[in-house]
Amino acid sequence: MSLETVDKRQKAKKPVPTASVWTRRLLISVVVLYVGVLILAPIGSIIAGAFKDGAGAVLAALSQPDVIAAFKRTILIAVVVVFVHLVFGTIVAWTLVRDRFPGRDLINGLIDMPFAVSPVVVGYMLLLLFGRNGLLAPVLERLDIRVAFAMPGMILATLFVTLPFMIRELIPMLEAFGIQQEQAAATMGANSWQIFWRITLPALRWGFIYGVTLTFARALGEFGAVLVIGGGIQGRTETATLYIYRALDERQYMGAYSAAIVLGLISLALVIGTDILRRREKAKS
Amino acid sequence: MDAPELIQRVDREKTAPTGLKQVPWGRWVLRGVALAYLSALLIIPLAVIFQDGLRQGLNEFWRQVINPVAWSALTLTLWTSAVMTVINTVMGTLAAYVLVRYEFPGKSLLNAVIDVPLAIPTLVTGVMLVVLFGPQQALGAWLKNELGISIIFAPPGIILALLFITFPFVVRAVQPVLIDLDRTQEDAATTLGAAGWTIFRRITLPPLLLPLTSGALLSFARAIGEFGAIVIVAGNIPFYSQTAAVYVLGEVESENRLGASAVSIVMVAISFSLMMLINWLQRRSQKEKQ
Repeated sequence: MSLETVDKRQKAKKPVPTASVWTRRLLISVVVLYVGVLILAPIGSIIAGAFKDGAGAVLAALSQPDVIAAFKRTILIAVVVVFVHLVFGTIVAWTLVRDRFPGRDLINGLIDMPFAVSPVVVGYMLLLLFGRNGLLAPVLERLDIRVAFAMPGMILATLFVTLPFMIRELIPMLEAFGIQQEQAAATMGANSWQIFWRITLPALRWGFIYGVTLTFARALGEFGAVLVIGGGIQGRTETATLYIYRALDERQYMGAYSAAIVLGLISLALVIGTDILRRREKAKS
Repeated sequence: MDAPELIQRVDREKTAPTGLKQVPWGRWVLRGVALAYLSALLIIPLAVIFQDGLRQGLNEFWRQVINPVAWSALTLTLWTSAVMTVINTVMGTLAAYVLVRYEFPGKSLLNAVIDVPLAIPTLVTGVMLVVLFGPQQALGAWLKNELGISIIFAPPGIILALLFITFPFVVRAVQPVLIDLDRTQEDAATTLGAAGWTIFRRITLPPLLLPLTSGALLSFARAIGEFGAIVIVAGNIPFYSQTAAVYVLGEVESENRLGASAVSIVMVAISFSLMMLINWLQRRSQKEKQ
């Protein structure tokens, strides 16, 4: 390679404008304007709308008992969902990476389905199973369990919509980790319990951290599915999103905006925090 | 038996130093648990909806789908999603290009803002858009009075909400491929005197087509089912701004099970085929990378 081409390669690494300066400026402005109008302006306007009467009004709106109860229900659902996916998501990810069986590709594709199925349809499916005239209604009646219009149904709905997150975080990590270290530990006499806790689990820790935060954030914001299966009964099955929906309907804008901001901020902090951690981890390796 | 124990058993069998062929009980149990979990959570509910919607035969199913209100809700969903996908593909590719190729103040902030829609609950997105563009708000009123454009409680609001929600998909699909792209060909084309647009179209764009398509399809698939943001911004007027998801909710509430199930089946079928197609595209682009 001649010196000249080396020189050119090095230059090419830096963002050299291929287009003229004006095209570049135009393209940058178009993108910044688009993001500004589409994403930043709505965020700014809801914050301005909520704080129009000062921070005191926001706090007063948030400290109403039904708002606090709704947030508590949302967090309870999210915590249960995270734990269930932590256990079963790990098993599914492990099976998909380490096991071979017919239909594996189909299952792999199905994992992403909750991403595209409408939340309303998710809630409705559960209603067909667990509702008053549902397929499992006789069984549930005999056992005296309420699923529809109660917390178990809302947890199931949230489990469905958050299914891909943990699994999709763990699969690439398991693939990249391989089995050599586990095998090495086995030849040195470690038992399988030790191998799992000391080798496999620590190697997947970032996968678990990302999976938990993304699942949690998504669970907090679920609306359509819990609306259909839970019914949004005030004081019983009203989660944070369902409260916002009702408050808008009743024209209690302060309550709706304030709760929306809190909900948005929590999920934003979780997702952005994960993103920063991920980038830092990447930079280290 | 909990997960670690199961994994441990499987590991033992795999690393067992004996030459004897053992029956991999642990592996089978684990596979069984995984499949049972997915069946209970995913496959059985999806199957139930097909069973319910088709229980009175294909003719009745089809009659429910072409019911004028249902049909207009489905077509509205499809065309607004399609318009969003076109805009999102162009703007997403442009945003990825600007982020990868140019340096400018505030670039890392812009890069971070791209992911914000992924984090915000879609119901909250809807509320935000109503606050900004609603007919009683300053900007919304101005657009309506001066330009005669209604955004909220009209189809443009649906498109706007979908654009917000799906913005990251195309950008994040194109960006990594663009970063890895070898730039010698572009440099060569520049030396040979090609214009910027020609270079982009002939050299930069072709390798981006695969990730771009999968990002676009992902936005479309996601948009078909969107509910939280749309129910707030659309106004949900039948024949005008009622989407398929909102229609299903209405039919569930008025206990028209057959209608709700029929439209649900159409929506699930569309998302299923799209997800399978995306999965196949992503596997192909991974193979191309290797």
